[in-house]
Order: sequence, then structure tokens, then C-alpha cells
Amino acid sequence: MSGKARVRGAALLAVAAVVLAGCGDSGSDGGGENAASGALEGRGPIKFATGKDTSGNMQKLVDEWNGEHPDEKVEIVELPEAADEQRNQMIQNAQAQSKEFTILNLDVVWTAEFAANRWVMQLPEDQFDLENFLEPAVNTGKYRDNLYAVPVYSDGGLLYYRKDLLDAAGVTAPPKTWAELKDACAKVKATPANAGLGCYAGQFDKYEGLTVNFSEAVQSAGGSILDESGKPTVNTQEAKDGLNFLVDGVKTKEIPDAAITYKEEDGRRAFQDGQLIFHRQWPYQYAQANATDGSSKVAGKFQVAPLPGKDGPGVSTLGGHNFAISAFADNKATALDFIKFFTSEEAQKSNLLATSQAPTRASLYDDPDMIKQFPYLTTLKESILNAVPRPQAVKYGDVTAAMQEAAYSAMTGEASTDDALAELQTKLESLTAQ
Amino acid sequence: MTATDAPPQAAAGAPKKQPSTAKSDPQKHGRLALLLLTPTFLVLALVIGYPLIAAIRESLYQKAEGVDESGFVLEGERFVGIDNYSAIFTGESAERFWNAFFNTTFFTVTTLILEIVIGVTMALVMHHALRGKGLVRASILVPWAIPTAVSAIMWQFIFTADGVANEVLNSQILWTTEGFQAKIAVIIADVWKTAPFVGLLVLAGLQIIPNDVYEAARVDGASAWKQFWRITLPLVKPALLVAILFRGLDALRMFDLPFVMIGQRKQSVETLSMLAQEEASQLRIGPAAAYAVVLFVYVSLIAYAFVKLLGADVIGEARARAKETKQRKAKAVTA
Repeated sequence: MSGKARVRGAALLAVAAVVLAGCGDSGSDGGGENAASGALEGRGPIKFATGKDTSGNMQKLVDEWNGEHPDEKVEIVELPEAADEQRNQMIQNAQAQSKEFTILNLDVVWTAEFAANRWVMQLPEDQFDLENFLEPAVNTGKYRDNLYAVPVYSDGGLLYYRKDLLDAAGVTAPPKTWAELKDACAKVKATPANAGLGCYAGQFDKYEGLTVNFSEAVQSAGGSILDESGKPTVNTQEAKDGLNFLVDGVKTKEIPDAAITYKEEDGRRAFQDGQLIFHRQWPYQYAQANATDGSSKVAGKFQVAPLPGKDGPGVSTLGGHNFAISAFADNKATALDFIKFFTSEEAQKSNLLATSQAPTRASLYDDPDMIKQFPYLTTLKESILNAVPRPQAVKYGDVTAAMQEAAYSAMTGEASTDDALAELQTKLESLTAQ
Repeated sequence: MTATDAPPQAAAGAPKKQPSTAKSDPQKHGRLALLLLTPTFLVLALVIGYPLIAAIRESLYQKAEGVDESGFVLEGERFVGIDNYSAIFTGESAERFWNAFFNTTFFTVTTLILEIVIGVTMALVMHHALRGKGLVRASILVPWAIPTAVSAIMWQFIFTADGVANEVLNSQILWTTEGFQAKIAVIIADVWKTAPFVGLLVLAGLQIIPNDVYEAARVDGASAWKQFWRITLPLVKPALLVAILFRGLDALRMFDLPFVMIGQRKQSVETLSMLAQEEASQLRIGPAAAYAVVLFVYVSLIAYAFVKLLGADVIGEARARAKETKQRKAKAVTA
């Protein structure tokens, strides 16, 4: 009996979790509103919910803060590594109106959802020197022109290219357009030894990475996913050109077959193994692909450039993380001060040095010492300044799912570009309808 | 399980005081039984009854949709009756639902068959291994000890484009893309992980078969195959059916393997649990609960059918055995 009960019990615990979360939600009428419009007051110890602190630098900065503010200590709460799990835990806390987390380390695409649900506080823009931050990064922290989160880490796409192969093929400059990229690729592959190389790859598996790559393709062709008023615009010629760059790439094998399974790490392994001539990737690959411990076959042989586009330079999508203050927590004044401290130039500099994560303060990108250590910074700054955030939708989860569906079905040949985009337009229209 | 340790005083006290009356008076007997069982029922009501009822209630509600003028999400939820259920079975979501339903059933049937065959083989090997019995048993059980999500990541590495699977098969199969190969990848990983569980349960069944039955069969000149078919299989059947039932119910709830290894929203491997999870993660609690309830009903029906048709005896094993021995005794007497 107990065995069967256990089996059934396990099945139901899952249901129970869902249900209990729902109950917490139904009880939140009104309370959230009051909390969100309240002031940032109160001082005392706070907790800071974030993903993994892989470098230990976050703890170092917190220790520094705690030394100076013995009565307003900050404690780091490490959430699971997967972004979805982090979001789930933060949402569960918000729905229970828990005071547990004060500062939330939000992915740039969650801002709209958290702000619209009144889970995070609106922040006073005048208390931050936002003009010294990269503007696109600041925009990711805004919902309906109000600031809800302060950018701490940024990220932009780069085109990694095999400089040695391009040089050998007589291509002197990295491609600025897709046509140039294909051209350069053909020249490199003309040599029999290079004939088996893959031309181009990005993150094309059906997950958030595909949303990023698909948006970039559309933007780089001059299109957009949503226009400035938030209306979907994927049924345009520009969007079709963008998606066709990926679809045709798969058809002509310029994008190798295996790339449809690539997430960041799969692509990185392929690039490091010397299988790719061009690779769209985040800055983190730079250090690893340059490792001289034998793990990378391309160390010293590659360079980075801004993403190419249809008729000129491409437009990257923004990644990164912003800090927000939970609407339900105490000691919000402390939280505000801590965010100021964490986004100060010194803190960002130490972060960059320790983690090589892209900072959000513009000045660091021009710091000669930093450039010496991270030679890609100049290119990255250019990429971020040109970048466009992913759609800032309250139902972002559904929006990104629809975008992945469209891009994936077109790239795997299940649907034509036109059909996939027409369907996506319909879906986005219903998802973004007010 | 929790209840057994709760009322020891009652159990210990009652028979001492009035050992004969408790046996002879059926009414008192029943009251004592009720008293002893109450804690169990309370715990069951709390951990099973309440969530189930709450889930069913939740599946009849829907959260307010949309945002107000200043961009804030509307709050509150409203009663929608069976809308959440009818939404599952109409339009595009019906297609998705039946696809997931088919996948779930397909995975359950295929993995069950493979697990039974491999599990029984494993059990026979473990049972007959003369030397290093302990080592063989321990090593066969290793996959079962690994958390599913972890083994899913492991198999993900194996099934990447330049992974071990393609290396060994000398092929270029893209296992994690849409298509039948994704189903095969899930089945392989699932069977690898859970066949040892079936093996272990069957082994337990094998060990209670007395050796003299085989000796007698050998004296009668039965071949090894005949021994297996006529003696081993019928005698191990109760244990095997329990294993099948547990595995079947488990497989119907399959989630982590396709989710972690192949990815979300891939038609070829999407299961019913994944649909419920996706709705819940998008904060549509009502529809998520509706999916969960539908899955629950499906699992219950299968479990009921198992118990009724195949006679998988999970609950009343002791009772049935008692009855059997009684019948046997009666037969012996009449004979």
C-alpha cells in the first residue's frame, strides 16, 4: 500500500506545488500594488538572490560592503545555475509575497514581466548616473519608460573569425555583410585542406539562443521583431531576408548540419576544434578559445569583429543581468545603496577583471589597461551600442517560444520562411495585444 | 508508513486488556481498526486528498489576462468552469495534446517492453552469478542510483553531434533534433536507467523460488527453456507485475529525460508532463492544473486496468496469499 501511495503521492506533490503556488497568487489582490508604490525605505540586513557566483568576486564585493556597513549586512543567496530555475524561484517568492529576497539579479529579458506584475520596485533614475552607462543596457532595465532594474552585466554578440585562414585566402578584413562573409568563406574553402570546414554557426538549437540568433538576423537585415510601439513586425520583407540568411545557410550547408543542435558550448567546442571559419558567439568564448593549454586548436589564430548584416554592419541582441529590488522586502534603502555600490566603477572594474563579464559602464571599455587584458572590448562596445534588446513583453516566455518555433521550423525545412513568419506574426499579435 | 509508528500504545494496550473480546466482538474489532487506521487516513488526506482536490479546483479557474493602462498586470482570477479542459481538446492545443499523449503512451509501451526483457535477463544473470555476486549486483544498480536529470545530461553529451554515440555508430545522426531519432535517444537513456530497477525487483522474486522445484523439474527431464517458461516465469510473475506497474506509472509521468536531454517544445519527444510544466512556468496555473488532472486521470485508468486485468497485486498481496493457502489446505483435505 505504501508503495502505491508513494507513487501517487509523488505525482501529486508536483500538482500540489503548482496548486499552492496558485493559491499564493490568488491572495495577492491589492497587496502588491501598495508594496510596489511604496517608498524605498528601511535599513538593515538584506538578502541578495542571484545565480551562481562562479568567480567568487561577488562574495568579495559583498564582504567589502559588509565591512563598511556592519548594520546593513548583505547575504548572498545562490539560486540554481539554470536561468529558468532562477526565474521560477524568484517568482515563487514574489507570489508568496515573501520578504526573503531583497535584491534580485534579473536576466535582461525578465524586466517587463517582473515590473508588470509589480514584483519589483520602480527605481529613482536621478539617483543613478545612468548617463555613464551604455544606453542599450540601461534600456533593458526599463519598462514603459520607467526604471525597474539597474544594469550590472551586459553582453553582446561578436563574430569570431579565423584570421589565419582569411589571411591565407587573401581576405584582409573581416566581413561586414553576409555576402562578404559567404565570399570569404568560399575563398577559404577553395583550398582542398579547408574544404571540409563549416562556414558559419551560432546558437541554433530550439532554446533561448535561437531567439537571440533569429532576432539578430532580422535586425541585421533592417527589420525588427516589435516596432517602437510594441507591435509585431515579423511579416516584413526585412524579417524574411533575415530568416532566409539562416535558412539558406542551412540549405547550402554553409551552416553545417550539426549547427542545428548547437547551444553555446557545442558551438564553442566546434570552433575551438577548428571546424568553423565564422562563429557568432558571446565574449566569454574569447579567453577559452585562446587557452594555450592544448584545449583549443585555434589559440592565437582568431579575431573578433562586429556581427555582419545584410547591407552593412549587423545588429546584436543584448544579453546581461540587471539588479532589481523586490516589492515585498524590508530595508529597501539599504538595497538601493548596495546596488549603487555594486554598479560603481570600481566594483565593475573588479568584476570585469575577475569574471571577464562585460561591464555596463562605458568608461571601462576605453580603459587602456582593460583593453590590454581584454582585447575584444572595443569591438564589444561597438556591438552593444548598436544592439537591440529582445522584445520587452510581459509574456516573454510565450513570445520567445513562438520565435523559436518559427525559426526552428523554417531552418529545419518543416515550414517555408513565409509561412513560419506569417504564423509568428499572428501569434505575436495575440501575445502582445493589450 | 507514517501511521504504523503512531499508535503503538493502542496496539500494545488493547490486546492485553481484553484479548478475547477484541477477537470475538466484531463491532469492537472494527472500532479498534478504525482507531488504528485514522492516523493513516489523516496523513493520506493531507498529502494526497488535499492537493488533488485543490488541483481540481484550480483547474476550474483562470488568472486574469492582460495589462492595465499603466502596463501593470491585472490581478485576480475567475471561475471558468471546464474552459481549461475544453481548451486542451480544441484547436491547435488539441493537436499538441494528442501528440504529447501519443508520445507518452509510445514511450511507456516501448520502454516497458525493453525494460522487462533486459531487466529479467539482468535478474537471471544476477541470480546465477556464482562468483562476484555482490559486485555484479552493485554494478548493475549504478544507473538506477543516478538522478534522472544527471543521467539526462550525461546522455546529452553522448548524443551531441560529435558525441560518443555517433563515434561508436560511425554515423552523423543529429539525435537531439526533431525526428524519430530523438525518440530513440530518449528510450535508450530511459531503459539504461530503469532496467536495473526491474532487474532488482525480479531478482527479489527469483530468490524466493525454492530450489527443489527446479530439482524436481530436472529429474523430470525439463529443458532449461521449459524450466524458465513453466517455473521461473509463473513464480516470478507477482514481482514482475509490481515492477511493470511501477515502471509503467513512472513512464507515464516522464519529464526530465526529454526535457533536459532533447529540449523543450520539441514535438517528437514532448510528453504530457512537459505540457503541464510549460503552462505552469508561464504562470497559467489553471490550464497547468487541467493538464495535470487529465494526466492524473490517464495514469489512474492505466493503474486500474493493470490491477484488474493483469491482477497486479500491490495492495492485497498478503490477503490473497492467506486465501490461497486456505484454499490449498481445503483442497488437500478434500483430496
